[in-house]
Amino acid sequence: MRNAESRRRREEATDRRCVNVALAGNPNSGKTTIFNDLTGARQHVGNYPGVTVEKKSGVCRHKGLELNIADLPGTYSLTAHSVEETVARDHLLDARPDVVVVVLDASNLERNLYLATQLMEMNLRLVLALNMSDVAAARGTEFDLQLLSQLLGAPVVPTVGHKKEGIGELLDAILSTVEHQQDAPVQVSYGRELEEEIARLADLIKGSNALSGKYEPRWLAIKLLENDTDLREQLASHSVVAAVDHSSKRIEDLLGHPPEVIIAERRYGFISGACTEAVRSTVEARHTTSDQIDAIVTNRVLGLPVFFILMYLVFHLTFTLGDPPMGWLESLFGWLGGAISSLWAPGSESAIRSLLVDGIIGGVGGVLVFLPNIVLLFLAITILEDSGYMARAAFLMDRFMHKIGLHGKSFIPMLIGFGCSIPAIMATRTIENRRDRLTTMLVVPLMSCGARLPIYALIIPAFFPQTWHAPMLWVIYMIGVVLAVFAAKLLKATLFKGPAPPFVMELPPYRMPTLKGMMLHTWERAWLYLKKAGTVILGISIVLWAMTSYPKQTRFSRDYEGEIAALVSQHAADSDAHAAKTAAIDQARQAEELAYTVAGRVGSAIEPVLRPMGFDWKIGTALIGAFAAKEVFVAQLGIVYSVGEADEESDSLRNRLRESYSPLQAFCIMLFCLVSAPCMATIAVTKRESNSWGFALFQLGGLTALAWILTTAVYQVGSVFTTG
Amino acid sequence: MVPLSLIDSGCRVRLHRICAGRTLTARLASMGLVPGTELEVISRSAKGPLVVSVGDTRLVLGRGMVSKILVLP
Repeated sequence: MRNAESRRRREEATDRRCVNVALAGNPNSGKTTIFNDLTGARQHVGNYPGVTVEKKSGVCRHKGLELNIADLPGTYSLTAHSVEETVARDHLLDARPDVVVVVLDASNLERNLYLATQLMEMNLRLVLALNMSDVAAARGTEFDLQLLSQLLGAPVVPTVGHKKEGIGELLDAILSTVEHQQDAPVQVSYGRELEEEIARLADLIKGSNALSGKYEPRWLAIKLLENDTDLREQLASHSVVAAVDHSSKRIEDLLGHPPEVIIAERRYGFISGACTEAVRSTVEARHTTSDQIDAIVTNRVLGLPVFFILMYLVFHLTFTLGDPPMGWLESLFGWLGGAISSLWAPGSESAIRSLLVDGIIGGVGGVLVFLPNIVLLFLAITILEDSGYMARAAFLMDRFMHKIGLHGKSFIPMLIGFGCSIPAIMATRTIENRRDRLTTMLVVPLMSCGARLPIYALIIPAFFPQTWHAPMLWVIYMIGVVLAVFAAKLLKATLFKGPAPPFVMELPPYRMPTLKGMMLHTWERAWLYLKKAGTVILGISIVLWAMTSYPKQTRFSRDYEGEIAALVSQHAADSDAHAAKTAAIDQARQAEELAYTVAGRVGSAIEPVLRPMGFDWKIGTALIGAFAAKEVFVAQLGIVYSVGEADEESDSLRNRLRESYSPLQAFCIMLFCLVSAPCMATIAVTKRESNSWGFALFQLGGLTALAWILTTAVYQVGSVFTTG
Repeated sequence: MVPLSLIDSGCRVRLHRICAGRTLTARLASMGLVPGTELEVISRSAKGPLVVSVGDTRLVLGRGMVSKILVLP
């Protein structure tokens, strides 16, 4: 009955000239590369398990048919252990795709086929993509494709994802699978004892309308025997669960192992049977280049130093290589500001001129200047991701992470957090244990993200000598890491108490990052940054500019004009004393004007909270803006320090910051920005991923409180030393 | 029969039994670790996790787990 129904749906699909395809496969099998090849999308491809944590979809046309392609998260099996596995399984159960393309890593075929055997049981139509077949061929493995396809009951197509080889053939295979009726799918035989129990349970399931409508009876019977906790919970009230318990016990009594062990053994037995016949390995190559690199990189003595040196290089390159282009951009915006200003007669007051020069060039331009640093940071992170080093870092840090009650896998989201907290929080989906996942999610914003880099890049060169630039940046980042570690330890000791769950993770082989991949991903991030500057930051800059410019003060507490006039009559107009005094009066007037504006009033209102940290109200308004996006902090400083600026040849923002603050204050600003309230988008994604406003607000409140306490402590202690 | 935690790096062994809960056993199975599998210890640190090779796959196994995996030389 079920087959008839699915055939009808398939025919319907063909009539619509539209086919639903799902891509399934093990983590790191190259699924996303194939997805990009098929749909022309540019989804990020990395070299660590769990890059795709969300289902993504795209469309592809082939020979007049429209294919809707869904890229499922990588999974090792369909027993829901983690969020990704649940996402993948629910899609297969609910959407019933017309064809499932199983992407197999050809150099790891046996383990990759384990997932395929489970898909066969779901009675789905499969096409097997033997991916990275070039790597396997280079290692001397030969595949008898026809025999393999016969033994597995599904067409096998060799592909090389990153070279786009075999994609046309893959599409042809998908279409012919849709169009032609196939024989009954090949099934793994689990042996007499198990098969008897499976048949009994399947009959029970067939008899129940509630179950047979949604699940393939044989598949459900096997899953329940495998003790799939998720399915058991869903069917808790159903009589089938009691029958499963009875069967499990019988099998354990008869065979001496629980059913899931026997089931796994039989699946591997089936797979290795197929592989012995259809796969020939001519070379017994065991120790590959990957292992040789690992001998150094994961070495117990060298591993950690190599890790810290690599991290240091990332920050060093971000600064030193980024410096010259940053200077060019600064001059460009300076010139642009001057050119626009010169359109108005000198000395004339114009709101539009102020908006363009102070608000937009001062704000957005101030943020855009740091584009080179952002590009370099993301380039470095991309190289770490694509080469496969990410998983090694997780291995290295496991011992350390263990001490705080987490395991190495939690370190990957933390490293991604150096780029942006949002994908990092998404990446926590690979952590199976909910307590650990929440802990990691809550501390991720302490890993200093790319949006905070402009703040450091503005402040560090303004206050610290050249040789200190890279070490200072490294120190700031390390403070974030150390705080994240302590915060995680605290959370694990209190809120999320519980034993450390077992740690199993695949170490992908090292791959040379491709130039195209690096360019694509870096460009993507750069474009995102530009887009953010053009939308959110532009909008907020205009609002902040208005807040910093209005209301305009018309009556002053002192008669500035009169004082200047008095000066003119006292001194010769060109003397130094005259210039200095005029400047002092001008500054006093600017300060009074600023204090009168909305920003000045809001800033003064919150100043009592800021003062213990050594901040004035100008920094206060910038911090409020930073909640929308961290880069706004830089934009707002640019606005505050250019609004009301009388002379055309204004100093650079850095010079003015140096005049206004001490190095201790500068350090406190960076510290507060590092620790305090993550941006709105981070809070939103934490809410979504933890499914609780409570945790999102806890993250916001907790981090801000921590930032205040720390910064106040540093400022107060620091003040004692610097003044005494 | 000895726990995997006692095996030196470079040694090849055969997996005999996993003494762990049903969920973990199933998880390890899905990653290729079932009784009878041949594995080699690639690297090990004093207290941290182990790296083992199963076929062409390299797996990191946490410390707590390797004492639950019994192997035969």
